[in-house]
Amino acid sequence: MKIIFKVNLQERTYDGDPFKRLLDVLREDFGLTGTKEGCGEGECGACTILLDGQPVNSCLIPVCQAEGRGVETVESLGLPEKLSSLQKAFLEEGGAQCGLCTPGMLLSAAAHLRSGGRTDERSIRQAIGGNLCRCTGYQHIVKSIRKAAKKPRRTKSGVCISVKQMLKRDRKQILKECSQKSTRCASRSSAV
Amino acid sequence: MFPKEHSLRFAQLGGMRGDPFGMKVLRPAGPAEAVRLYSQNPEALPLAGGTDLMVAWNSGRLNSRTMLDLSRLKEWRGIEATQDGVRIGPLATHCEIESHPAILKRLPLLAEACSSVGAVQIRHRGTIGGNIANASPAGDSFPALAVYEAFVHTVSQEGRRSLPILELFAGVKKTALKPGELIERIDVRFPAEPPDRQVLRKVGSRQAQTLSKTVGAGLLWLGRGGVVLELRFAFGSVAPTVKRLKAVEAAVNGRKLTAELIERACALLAEDISPIDDIRSTRQYRMVVSRNILRAFLAGA
Ligand SMILES: Cc1cc2nc3c(=O)[nH]c(=O)nc-3n(C[C@H](O)[C@H](O)[C@H](O)COP(=O)(O)OP(=O)(O)OC[C@H]3O[C@@H](n4cnc5c(N)ncnc54)[C@H](O)[C@@H]3O)c2cc1C
Ligand code: FES
Ligand code: FES
Repeated sequence: MKIIFKVNLQERTYDGDPFKRLLDVLREDFGLTGTKEGCGEGECGACTILLDGQPVNSCLIPVCQAEGRGVETVESLGLPEKLSSLQKAFLEEGGAQCGLCTPGMLLSAAAHLRSGGRTDERSIRQAIGGNLCRCTGYQHIVKSIRKAAKKPRRTKSGVCISVKQMLKRDRKQILKECSQKSTRCASRSSAV
Repeated sequence: MFPKEHSLRFAQLGGMRGDPFGMKVLRPAGPAEAVRLYSQNPEALPLAGGTDLMVAWNSGRLNSRTMLDLSRLKEWRGIEATQDGVRIGPLATHCEIESHPAILKRLPLLAEACSSVGAVQIRHRGTIGGNIANASPAGDSFPALAVYEAFVHTVSQEGRRSLPILELFAGVKKTALKPGELIERIDVRFPAEPPDRQVLRKVGSRQAQTLSKTVGAGLLWLGRGGVVLELRFAFGSVAPTVKRLKAVEAAVNGRKLTAELIERACALLAEDISPIDDIRSTRQYRMVVSRNILRAFLAGA
């Protein structure tokens, strides 16, 4: 069965078993191995992707349910040479150790901040409540997200912009570059 | 990237994961087509958000080779607020319900129950129809639906039915749905008067992503001098299906809420619920905690 949907703003066609998990289609058919599998049962959040902007577990979605929708994976957040402010904050604050939970953490955090979610510790912990981390003890992850959210940002013209705007801009720009260098982007593993 | 045999091998090695090879997915575009396809393929499993079904599938526990994907039925999405209540489409997600203005205002226990389900990833996908049809003893929306006395509307080739929520559940993971029958709507009326007290308490091992050890929902209307006009209380996870506390409610309705009456009501709880020992908790823990929730509510603590 042919299933057409957008992955990181690019239209992709999958032709195969309609009940293959979206997680496996992203990793095996599209080579986007940034999305990880932890538990395969919706508990750990390592497989988190954004479906029409909302964080969901790709291990629980048969690919046929993605038809006509927009998927974003961690690869859309940044390129190794051009990380998003969120990714930079994870690097600076030690928000990533082994890295298995990181793609999912980044996407849950990005969805929360983009939607204008609150940036106090409690709200951030709630936003990443569906993402388990076995390494960091969460403290550094929360710190990273708060840092990315707080950082006063100046555009070239010197105007301060909100986190929400900033992430949207980051995203737009990266997605543009991503689709220009699509083959390169697709063959990379997680950009973190 | 991997050869096709990869996932086949997976299934053969101890039946780890469901094998997508050769799975048939029926994808109706509208409700009428869904009902027709289901009656023609009674072995098919309806699929909504997949947060229950895909877990079973991934662990190789589903043997059906045919799925009826309901996710394209636009008519079954969304929530419609009317003068006296809400009509909730079975495909409405927990996220949509927890943030719906009319539900937040007039049916806050339902909003709170849905906001306690899983984590945000699960709430974006999991639907109220799937929650109900799955009929887990730990379904978190059930106690709230029970005290608001919701009705579940079903449809099949044979026609339509409307069932009070409590009559829909027939046992652990069992419903009164007949072969070929689907949930098409859930109706919840607003209480005529706002309650004087209300509570929703879910007790689990952690905040996110946890199934309940016990979950209670209560509404209380008081008259002059502290006389109980009406008490509605329901518990989940403490019996094969959600339970309205018939004995407790009968004992307090029409009476003044004194300390003795509250103790008598709490003693009667054992007649209404029958918790068990299982992987999540023990009979005794569930009984004690449920009683404490009831006592605190009646005492206004
Ligand atoms: C990590 C995790 C955490 C969870 N936490 C909670 C929790 O805290 N509380 C809780 O209550 N649940 C929890 N769940 C269970 C699940 O998310 C909910 O029960 C959810 O509401 C199921 O909805 P769904 O649309 O995903 O159902 P699906 O998996 O698509 O379907 C579930 C069942 O309902 C049937 N079905 C679906 N729609 C219809 C219909 N319209 N008519 C007839 N039959 C239908 C299906 O055939 C299937 O048997 C959790 C699940 C996971 C994986
Ligand atoms: S792999 Fe999907 S939630 Fe763990
Ligand atoms: S960094 Fe290792 S699991 Fe989170």
